[in-house]
Amino acid sequence: MNAQAGVAVGKDLLGLKGLPAETVTALLDTTETLLEVGERTVKKVPALRGKTVANLFYEPSTRTRTSFELAAKRLSADVLNVSIPASSVVKGETLIDTARAFEAMNISTVVVRHAASGAPQLLARALQSHVINAGDGSHEHPTQALLDLFTIRRAKGGIAGLTVVVVGDISHSRVARSGLIGLTKLGAHVRLVGPPTMIPVGVAELAEAPGTCTVYHDLDEALEGADVIMPLRLQLERQGAPLFPGRREYTVRWGVDRRRVARARPDAVVMHPGPMNRGVEIAADVADGDRSCILSQVTHGVAVRMAVLYHYSGEPGGAA
Amino acid sequence: MEPTPHPPQPAPDRAGSGFPRTVLGADDAHRALRRLAHEILESRKGAEPPVLVGIRTGGDHLARELAGILARIDGKEPPVGLLDITLYRDDLGDRLDQPELRETRIDFDITGRDVLLVDDVLFTGRTIRAALNALMDFGRPARVLLAVLVDRGHRELPIRPDFVGKNIPTEAGDRVEVVFDAEDRLQGVEVYPRKAA
Repeated sequence: MNAQAGVAVGKDLLGLKGLPAETVTALLDTTETLLEVGERTVKKVPALRGKTVANLFYEPSTRTRTSFELAAKRLSADVLNVSIPASSVVKGETLIDTARAFEAMNISTVVVRHAASGAPQLLARALQSHVINAGDGSHEHPTQALLDLFTIRRAKGGIAGLTVVVVGDISHSRVARSGLIGLTKLGAHVRLVGPPTMIPVGVAELAEAPGTCTVYHDLDEALEGADVIMPLRLQLERQGAPLFPGRREYTVRWGVDRRRVARARPDAVVMHPGPMNRGVEIAADVADGDRSCILSQVTHGVAVRMAVLYHYSGEPGGAA
Repeated sequence: MEPTPHPPQPAPDRAGSGFPRTVLGADDAHRALRRLAHEILESRKGAEPPVLVGIRTGGDHLARELAGILARIDGKEPPVGLLDITLYRDDLGDRLDQPELRETRIDFDITGRDVLLVDDVLFTGRTIRAALNALMDFGRPARVLLAVLVDRGHRELPIRPDFVGKNIPTEAGDRVEVVFDAEDRLQGVEVYPRKAA
């Protein structure tokens, strides 16, 4: 066989910050080819045969964890799901000790979701295994951003030049952070919308290029000329102090309904990272409407995670 | 469309220097491809032609050209699929950087049909082994046949071609390249000798 040029991505995927645009594009391109595997009769390829992927989820998650699990299995990897409440962590074992124990069993890749921002980075430094961030605190959720980028790229033919409106609790959203970084890295303009209590001061500076991110508090205004509308889930379980007077007021002022979607471009699409609060941040008929890409986001999520696991599974000691 | 004939090229055959020698010029390469098409049709004894699956990269372009030639001779153009075998390689994951993936597209059902795998160069046979595994994940073909433009020897697995354009003896360290132009049309075959020790 001829040797093929390898795509250099580094050992770990901790976030989109600092990742070159070419690497992001390469991951999206790989996703494109892996999407086809999910359409075959035998939805499996031997690429990761013999490798083990461990899902270390310290926060509850059904969709992200099953998405990673399905992605690993479609690549023929063995999958370990560590459910934290049922584990030795309850007995006080530290994060690093838990992960090192897995590494001692020759786990190729550790996928970690944790409530503390930076936990995956801590693990990446301590382990030889590849570390994939499945969401850390309010910091980043790179695979969600990648699947959103992929969905937009597919729906619109590209990312550069698009206007993307992200509305909701930006301050608690790692999806919004990674999304902002990824979208501006590939040339889109992002409008962050929400009540002032939910938008951190200086968040626009996270954008990868100056002037590519604008903050709005009025959703109707922000939607003029938008290509993509992304409401975020109102995370009632995350907030200590109430950041808005009530659900009803939030829906009236920042909920995405048909009337608001009509303010955007006629070919604008609606997305949502899930799970949705129907009738709160997104109207039911919008979620199920013909502009909605929400279900395809889920399909793309598996393919994106297959692409990530594929690229982040090489032999750490092997030749580049 | 016949290729434009060009004058024979002088082959700078300086073994060990790494300069390529042309073992098949454009005319000869196209003649070989046409002969392959006739051999394939003859072997069918009147039955319909097999479906073609071209192995990327190189085999995909040849499969398309072959399908076109078969259509001109026989009146029927067989369906052509593209197969990227990277995910089935036996050396994946040995390195830090994973190789780039290319699209696989087989839009037709292969179960119960005769499939003709098409590749440009047959060498160790590992690519064909990977292609067979990949094909089996798409269905259960009745038969799998193999057509290659060049057989350069040095098999490491028990794999044999059914149709060969040209047998070219090579050293293991040589590099054989099938050249295509910007429109993916076959231009010829070159051998880059391994550099002298």
